[in-house]
Amino acid sequence: MASRQDKDGRGRFPGRVTRRGLLKGSAASGVAALGSYGAGAQEVQSETARSGETVDVSLNINGADHSFTLDARTTLLDLLRERMDLTGTKVGCNHGQCGACTILLDGTRINSCLMLAAAADGKAITTIEGLGRPDELHPMQAAFIQHDGFQCGYCTPGQILSAVGCVTEGHAGSRPEIREYMSGNLCRCGAYKGITEAVAEARDATIEWAEAT
Amino acid sequence: MRPFSYHRPSSPEDAVAQVAPMGPAGQGGAFLAGGTTIVDLMKLHVVAPPSLTDIGALGLDAIEDRGDGTLHVGARVTMAAAAEHPAFRDRAPVLSDALWKAASPQLRNVATLGGNVLQRTRCPYFRDNVSPCNKRDPGSGCAAMDGINRLLAVLGTSDQCIASYAGDWANALILFDATVETLTADGGRDIAFADLHVPPQDHPERETILGDDELITGYRLQIPEWARRSVYVKARDRESYAFALASAAVALDMDGDTVREARLGLGGVATVPWRAREAEGFLAGKTLTEDVATQAAQIAFQGAQGFGHNDFKIPLGQNTVVKALLDAAAVQLTEEAGQ
Repeated sequence: MASRQDKDGRGRFPGRVTRRGLLKGSAASGVAALGSYGAGAQEVQSETARSGETVDVSLNINGADHSFTLDARTTLLDLLRERMDLTGTKVGCNHGQCGACTILLDGTRINSCLMLAAAADGKAITTIEGLGRPDELHPMQAAFIQHDGFQCGYCTPGQILSAVGCVTEGHAGSRPEIREYMSGNLCRCGAYKGITEAVAEARDATIEWAEAT
Repeated sequence: MRPFSYHRPSSPEDAVAQVAPMGPAGQGGAFLAGGTTIVDLMKLHVVAPPSLTDIGALGLDAIEDRGDGTLHVGARVTMAAAAEHPAFRDRAPVLSDALWKAASPQLRNVATLGGNVLQRTRCPYFRDNVSPCNKRDPGSGCAAMDGINRLLAVLGTSDQCIASYAGDWANALILFDATVETLTADGGRDIAFADLHVPPQDHPERETILGDDELITGYRLQIPEWARRSVYVKARDRESYAFALASAAVALDMDGDTVREARLGLGGVATVPWRAREAEGFLAGKTLTEDVATQAAQIAFQGAQGFGHNDFKIPLGQNTVVKALLDAAAVQLTEEAGQ
């Protein structure tokens, strides 16, 4: 899959203004509070660890190898967003209840908010930035666009990574099965019908894509 | 999260030696498997272990048929892998169904069977880290008794705690007289699975008989041939990805319409994984009709006590048992499925 990556594996392209960069430079940066679903309402954003013991962690992220020295408390989600600026992976509930933080770990979908980066040492991660490129979308990305599998888009990176996992695990055989095996991803806009259609349509192409990469 | 030191030993022996000096559970070190419970609770500051001993490099992740009907299941087999394994899916569907009907695919890909039986309650007062809670802060009281207790237990409660056991798989595992294999720095031991969890009584902070340095390494269980006739019925607020309001695990040995042996586990309604042995005894030798199933369900909930919001769990639990018994009786077994 490395051939599909830009040089640093971060999915960034020269000269583009990112939403994150824009926020950082504006008054909005201090109020980017994220909604919290269910548990842990007192937490507004990921804790950024500043003290405590450190661990050395090596990961392959979107095809590129990286080594880090991290506070042991760092979750994969913290690492991707705060250290790698891979902000396509979203913070939703931060407690494994909403699926917004879904990534692929050695090809298997997981909640990155509940996994310590240290526990993933030596493994390979795929985020939405590494799945496809703007000029060569992964078939699941294209299918989400085709079927309006989103409105606001916040849950979409997690939905798409989860959908790829759903297919490769062999649980996209019917629409009821897709609904059951996509239940770990909540969409507050209620785009479930389009999501289900997208997964069903992109199933075969996703398998072909996985075999080709 | 509070700061902690992180260790990743390469053998089970090193793991238990490493965690041993850390002291009592809650204040001392903890094992880290999938982390889907403990990392969540560490973020909420409900638990704050000073060290985590990650057992991710220990193997312990195989399901093996050891002949003579004995199945050995490693503690680090994931929920997802176990749910798909033919040893469960074909020989005892209740053990597979209780897994895929639990949590989400993402969580099941990470959570392990060792950690799964030890998952903590979802009682909101335990999790909020503010309210009085005898489980989290012994002696502080119980906010749930007179609080919003809709999700909480009606069986096995005490005047100290009504927190419900949240898991599903344990309510199925308890049907099969499973043995839990554990390891400490002083060696290993076998624990009958039915003895692993302890009801709250006067010490709700103590949930199992495991020692502070004791690691579950695996399970042994006997699956009878007739366990192909088994089901897990789970009633919940939404159709997928929700904890049980009430669930029933049933395995039936039938001779025509007559019950030779019945096994019945309850979830969502009790403080610990629950086996309804009196109801099982009642069913033996009976012709399984809806009326008989209803009587068995009533026996299973004898002594149940509601606390207001959760009163509905008693009739819901009984209805869940009836449905599970009738669903199990209706299972059509094929010769191929047994091979």
